[in-house]
Amino acid sequence: MIINPISNGIVIDHITAGKGMTLYTLLNLAQLDCSVAIIKNADSVKMGKKDIIKIDRVIDLNFDAVAYIDPDVTINIIRDGQLVKRKHLDIPERVEGVIRCTNPRCITSTEQELPHIFKLTDREKRIYRCIYCESKAKSKTLD
Amino acid sequence: MKHLIDILDLSTEQIDGLIATANDIIAHPEQYREKCHGKKLATLFYEPSTRTRLSFEAAMYELGGQVLGFSEAQSSSASKGESVADTARIISCYADIIAMRHYKEGAPLVASLHATVPVINAGDGGHNHPTQTLADLLTIQKEKGRLHDLVIGFCGDLKFGRTVHSLLNAMSRYENVRFVLISPEELRIPEYLRQELEKNGISFRETQNLEESLPELDILYMTRVQQERFFNEADYIRLRDSYILTSDKLKNARADLSILHPLPRVNEISVQVDSDPRACYFKQALYGKFIRMALILCLLDIQ
Repeated sequence: MIINPISNGIVIDHITAGKGMTLYTLLNLAQLDCSVAIIKNADSVKMGKKDIIKIDRVIDLNFDAVAYIDPDVTINIIRDGQLVKRKHLDIPERVEGVIRCTNPRCITSTEQELPHIFKLTDREKRIYRCIYCESKAKSKTLD
Repeated sequence: MKHLIDILDLSTEQIDGLIATANDIIAHPEQYREKCHGKKLATLFYEPSTRTRLSFEAAMYELGGQVLGFSEAQSSSASKGESVADTARIISCYADIIAMRHYKEGAPLVASLHATVPVINAGDGGHNHPTQTLADLLTIQKEKGRLHDLVIGFCGDLKFGRTVHSLLNAMSRYENVRFVLISPEELRIPEYLRQELEKNGISFRETQNLEESLPELDILYMTRVQQERFFNEADYIRLRDSYILTSDKLKNARADLSILHPLPRVNEISVQVDSDPRACYFKQALYGKFIRMALILCLLDIQ
């Protein structure tokens, strides 16, 4: 499979196989008018299989959201055909507007405009809890 | 700005300070009668309450302050759809401190993020109830003379019982405290709390048997199975009579056991137990007023 190299843009590499579409949706990449490529199940020496996203423009990425879904990705920033920055992400302490609290007793269930904010409470197990009701985030995917 | 949303907002040193102030109020009430002169407490109660609301109001009156507020959501702007954040902003214009009870978990936290005066969580759904915990801690301190080296049994609804969650968190910070968690399978403590206890290496045991557990307890904390926390009436009816404490069951308990209950009770403690010297729940309600007086003084920075 041949995907043209990009001159100015972002490559999100080493995405855990199967999480590419989740990231695509989460980052609202469908809204962009530039080229965006998702490569699923690419061969990887390190990972066996991986997903890759190529965005043909340098955009403001929500790194916390990316790291929440898959903290092991590599972000490559390309300018004028050259790799100018390679970034590894830390697990975010707090994520806002990425996941929604599903506890029907939580204040967010009735007050629609409240931001859904989760904080990391167990780094080892990567457990996030709603700051309002302390319910555990259901999964690492979008609702 | 200081608020009290979660009991863990307070360090053990701050709790010691509040207990010391409460004890001083008990000893010298006349010295506190004008401390809050000219100050107003707003009690925003979106959910029915007798004890907590009246205890807050009595606390403020005994400090020489005044009280305004509402005691049900229907008599507030919430019935018109006003957000908690807007209510908090508005009430900040009229009062010096807010005590909020809400049926939704996290509502007082939202209020504290938008109010310009201190906010006290007076109970949020099945989540937290830190001022009840302060009352519990003052009671334990007065009855046992310490907050460490204790075996505490919690009995009844440990899933939705917010007083249980707050007291578990608070007591977990003291040395050599062990918990016996007595409940039906469906009303065990929430998973997040169990995880916290395990993570912090706190000693606890879960059981369904009250009578077997009684002899080892220094403190028995009874709770009501709360009808308002159930979506399903049939589940409530099935579980409400799970544990009823009677004089007969107490024969196996230690002579120095202290029985606590956040009240109101339904039938989980037989009225025969009220005359048992080990019953502390009515004193606990009285202590609740004194510790709330201490808290109001602390949050308003009044010496």
